[in-house]
Amino acid sequence: MRADNPSSQAAFAQAAAYLERQPLVSNHRPLSWITQHVCQIVEERAPKWWWILTIVFGGMATLVPAMLTYLVSTGVGVWGLNVPVCWAWDITNFVFWIGIGHAGTLISAILFLTRQKWRTSINRSAEAMTIFAVICAGIFPAFHVGRVWMAWFLAPIPNANAIWQNFRSPLLWDVFAVSTYFTVSLIFWYLGLIPDLASLRDRATTRLRQMVYGLLALGWRGSNRHWTHYEKTYLILAGISTPLVLSVHSVVSFDFATSIVPGWHTTIFPPYFVAGAIFGGFAMVLTLLIPFREIYHLHDLVTDKHIDNMCKIILLTGSLVGYAYSMEFFIAWYSGNPFEIYAFTNRAFGPYWWAYWAMITCNVAAPQLFWFKYCRQNPWVVLAIVMFPNTGMWFERFVIIVTSIHRDFLPSSWGYFSPTWVDITLFIGTIGLFVFLFLLFVRFLPIINMFEVKGITPQADPHTDDTNGTHHHSLSTHSHGASQVHA
Amino acid sequence: MSQPTSSLFGLGAEFSSAGALLEAAKKIHSLGFRKWDVYSPFPIHGMDHAMGFQRSRVSLFSLIGGCTGLSVAFILIYYTSAINYPLIVQGKPYFALEPSLPIFFELTILLTAFGTVLGLLLLTLLPRLHHPVFNWDRFQRATDDGFFLVLESTDPRFDTTSSRQLLQGIGGLYITEIFQDPEETPNPVRPETSS
Repeated sequence: MRADNPSSQAAFAQAAAYLERQPLVSNHRPLSWITQHVCQIVEERAPKWWWILTIVFGGMATLVPAMLTYLVSTGVGVWGLNVPVCWAWDITNFVFWIGIGHAGTLISAILFLTRQKWRTSINRSAEAMTIFAVICAGIFPAFHVGRVWMAWFLAPIPNANAIWQNFRSPLLWDVFAVSTYFTVSLIFWYLGLIPDLASLRDRATTRLRQMVYGLLALGWRGSNRHWTHYEKTYLILAGISTPLVLSVHSVVSFDFATSIVPGWHTTIFPPYFVAGAIFGGFAMVLTLLIPFREIYHLHDLVTDKHIDNMCKIILLTGSLVGYAYSMEFFIAWYSGNPFEIYAFTNRAFGPYWWAYWAMITCNVAAPQLFWFKYCRQNPWVVLAIVMFPNTGMWFERFVIIVTSIHRDFLPSSWGYFSPTWVDITLFIGTIGLFVFLFLLFVRFLPIINMFEVKGITPQADPHTDDTNGTHHHSLSTHSHGASQVHA
Repeated sequence: MSQPTSSLFGLGAEFSSAGALLEAAKKIHSLGFRKWDVYSPFPIHGMDHAMGFQRSRVSLFSLIGGCTGLSVAFILIYYTSAINYPLIVQGKPYFALEPSLPIFFELTILLTAFGTVLGLLLLTLLPRLHHPVFNWDRFQRATDDGFFLVLESTDPRFDTTSSRQLLQGIGGLYITEIFQDPEETPNPVRPETSS
């Protein structure tokens, strides 16, 4: 009787509308619209802003070879690190960049395995970001070895000394972890690009584009005899990338955790580093995606819901990181070890107090704003807030590395690290390199994974009544048409 | 000019939607065709089942790759640290499982990835830059929003006339003969593109 009441019917309708899932592609866009809208970014003439930004960031990127040349020709003394702070900005920057990469793999692999369909609009750019971040990261340890021309000693190649690598060293594990991570990320990214490169090939209007995209697409023709193997390959790569991404930052944390330095020697490091990496990486994904979404009008593909989801992940991982910070303090106190207690007191109230509190403000306090829906729904507010994790995660690595070693066990070996202009310029150079590579990516490759986005539209579901585009989803429609087979 | 049928690759038809293509594929499969394929801009849910595919064998290549990676890692570490140049570092054993695990893991993953991709390329016979289906002008839309089904002429059940009727009967549109040689196909493809 109550259901017949018109007002409660209206309430039901309202509730149903509220509970209805927001579509992942807004405005019922047809498939060809997706192809056109994404390919057009690559096909139209390069806009003026692109040239300006590319020249500016490309110029910044040249600081990297310039500073490295200066470093190698003069000596490692041009960096500010010295006893007792032998790991400083270089390793901070290395961990910072490698951490940023992790969000890309998380989106492409873990969200794939957990069937989070919203990942399809953002995975391409996030994976590209991963690759570029790992390139930036690799520069630092390679030159941190001091004599970079001997960096090949890290590879197990027979050499004149007849001596091999120490496979018990976490630093060597790191070499294997990071190079595997880079290679597998590159393969995964390229694999995902193949069908989209075929789209670009088929739309190419110049011979050069046909040749380049044609070669890169490997002759992909969308055959279902290929899709079946392709999907399996993608699943397996996602499956192996998931433990890989968790292992990489764990191995990076072993560089610290296996030492006996108070402040480094903690078992919480692997999960804490992984959570921090995802936290900082998602912040960087949003930093890159929000401007390009505006510039290229990608609102129907990267919807407010996507941004909302990413903000929630930042909120979660930011809180996890906050928990790790407090747990470190608790364990330091609980251990009763005076050196351990001192390392942490010194971290918060010693000469580097400003770095510690910058880290707490940026990583723990700022993301709490994402509890408010308003902050998650307004892209410009989001962009402003994610600048805090971007900065804070750099400070986190600086705090962990420098504050733990600047006061050694004996006060006679205490020191204070300050960066030199070469340290600072090299870091700025890698920021330039990162953005420069991303600008090239936006210009020459499809920024959105077209075939996956098409695959999640209502019209891609073969059980959809495509005349009105509605999605009749129930368990029975998803049983591979088994009913027809038995009929 | 050679006989047109001698270089006939097959008969192509376009379908209006993913659902229509899935229904058509079920029909063709039930009729016992073997040399045929469907082409779509994205993998269609249920299509593997409709075409009667078994599970993809890519995983076998992954397994081989993974086992190779693990073996390589073990041999590398054991040979270099315990056989070729045993060296005591910090009083630790020459070889122990615990410190070897990270590298075991990383090399296993690395070679699994290589094996998987190699398997994909072998099973799909890619890269193959030329294929007769590209000679069909409408086929460009297979990477955009077109859904295609191609019956190949080498199939014993293939017959130009009856197969055309079959495709028409199951809703195929723009039914076209596709030739091996681009010259023979009406509307030669890979159109000499002009801006």
